[in-house]
Amino acid sequence: MRNNGDEKVIKENTNIALDNSHITKKGALSICNVTKIYDPEGVHVIALEDCSLDIKAGEFVAVVGPSGCGKTTLLNIIAGFDSLTHGEIYLDNELLAAPGVKPKPGPDRVVVFQHGALFPWKTVLDNVIYGPVIQKKMSRDEAIEIARDKLSRLGLKEIENVYPGQLSSGMQRRVEIVRALINNPLVLLLDEPFRGMDSVTKSASHEALLELYDIFHKTIYFITHDLEEAIFLSDTVVVMTTRPGKIRMTIKVDLPRPRDYRMLSTPRFLELKETAKDAVHEEALKAFQRGERELA
Amino acid sequence: MNIYFVLPLFVILSFIFFIFYRQQKRLAHYSGISTLSQIKKTLTSQRFWLVILGFVLTIGFWYAAVYWLPFDAFHRLPGPDEVVIEWLSRDPYYGISIYTKEYYVHILYSTYRATVSFLLATILGVPFGLLMGWSRRFYEYSFPLVEMIRPIPPLAWVPLSILMLPGVEPAVIFVTFLVAFFVTTLNTLLGVQSIDQAYFRAALCLGASSKEILYDVVIPGSLPYIFTGLQISMGAAWFSLVAGEMIAAQYGLGYLIWQGYSLVKYPTIIIGMVTLGFIGYGSSAVIRYVGKRLMAWREQELGGLGVTYEE
Repeated sequence: MRNNGDEKVIKENTNIALDNSHITKKGALSICNVTKIYDPEGVHVIALEDCSLDIKAGEFVAVVGPSGCGKTTLLNIIAGFDSLTHGEIYLDNELLAAPGVKPKPGPDRVVVFQHGALFPWKTVLDNVIYGPVIQKKMSRDEAIEIARDKLSRLGLKEIENVYPGQLSSGMQRRVEIVRALINNPLVLLLDEPFRGMDSVTKSASHEALLELYDIFHKTIYFITHDLEEAIFLSDTVVVMTTRPGKIRMTIKVDLPRPRDYRMLSTPRFLELKETAKDAVHEEALKAFQRGERELA
Repeated sequence: MNIYFVLPLFVILSFIFFIFYRQQKRLAHYSGISTLSQIKKTLTSQRFWLVILGFVLTIGFWYAAVYWLPFDAFHRLPGPDEVVIEWLSRDPYYGISIYTKEYYVHILYSTYRATVSFLLATILGVPFGLLMGWSRRFYEYSFPLVEMIRPIPPLAWVPLSILMLPGVEPAVIFVTFLVAFFVTTLNTLLGVQSIDQAYFRAALCLGASSKEILYDVVIPGSLPYIFTGLQISMGAAWFSLVAGEMIAAQYGLGYLIWQGYSLVKYPTIIIGMVTLGFIGYGSSAVIRYVGKRLMAWREQELGGLGVTYEE
């Protein structure tokens, strides 16, 4: 029953995406029937099965699901770190990934990594200007000017000559997001950037990310385990099933922007959370039980 | 007991004090303690006295074993006082002391050989290791070979290197180089392999070419391991150098030690050994210093400053 309902939602989304396709705003991702099979030593592991998802330009999509459901696999395929087995991915109607197409990472799809990947041997400022300088899009001085502007907007200006090892994880992640945004990417891919943070740091980081999103309005693919975080931040929440990873449900979040932490207790927020909770919980339980079976 | 027993103790004590004092000073630099209280702190710290106790016990045991304990084997050895008297004598009985020219000629020869071997090993070993870590294909070619040649002990190379190379001097350097080379190469390789995959991916995302990845990820990322490797390689260089000098050289501390044995000049052996200890410590310290200079980021990360930026 529920499955049918979900499919309808997906279809509706597809229609909306098609209707808006003439708009010139860039960064629309179209993921069509993507399947990924890992084959280590002849054991087929289906990481993703027939996933279709349309992400509009400038949309904030949060993907939730149990560990090992293929959220990160999909991110790696979009980022160009990994190939896919079936299906296609289009970025602004241009073929990005398909079987036989060599995966290629690039500054149009920048990833912010789970444990952070600021270069510990470069200062904050050198980290931030790294992208535009090596792509020769800007001179070093231009890049520094823009980087300083962006850093100061997030209250990070006084740490520009510090090495990342000295920063708290919240600050590191914010610097990393700035390092991604300075490249003016079409899509920002965030792989559980706020995992393992204490709740205060986490909510400060949420605010910082939302602020950046309201300014730059990039397409965002955001992976998380935390349903509340997903709803609070995103326009669309995608719930994935446990392995093989499929898209179980997409939920439109119609909370107004700019978002505010007070919305966490509004009836609409709780209603949305209620809708997704059962599905997420069920998948987590399935993953848990399967995990137990595998261990037994 | 005479001045010769007290003097070396004093030298060793002040040496240890100096090391501890420098550590204190580095900490104090960030907390703003005065020089006088730094000296006081050093002198009252338990670790300082434990280290000194260790030295005193070792030298005391040596003295006791040679003069008092009923072990015949030890009675043939010179006691610490005899060594120190010889070492500091203006007119040494066995010909080597801090006042003789030969002592420094031996030190210079050994240092020169060790330095040349070490530099050669670094210049060739670091790029070799980087290449092995950077290129899968090169790794497949070279790793099994390296792993097969590496376990051959340095002394086994001596005959072949004398045959291959013109003269004894290059042969000794070659043997020393070889050992240091493998240590440097493998540590560099380990350094590259230890770099988190996320840094490579981040660099690719930001548009880095493979050349830029080499300069901006592979080299800085493996630097901590490279410098650990260089310290070990310096130690290994001294180790095989002395072995090489014993067999095939005319000068050098290894030669001095071996000659002391053949000509029954036992205090000279100990003088050579202790000198090696000091020089070895010094060369490691130089490498550590250079490493720290090159890796300011790591110094800060490891809490050298004791400062972190919070919200």
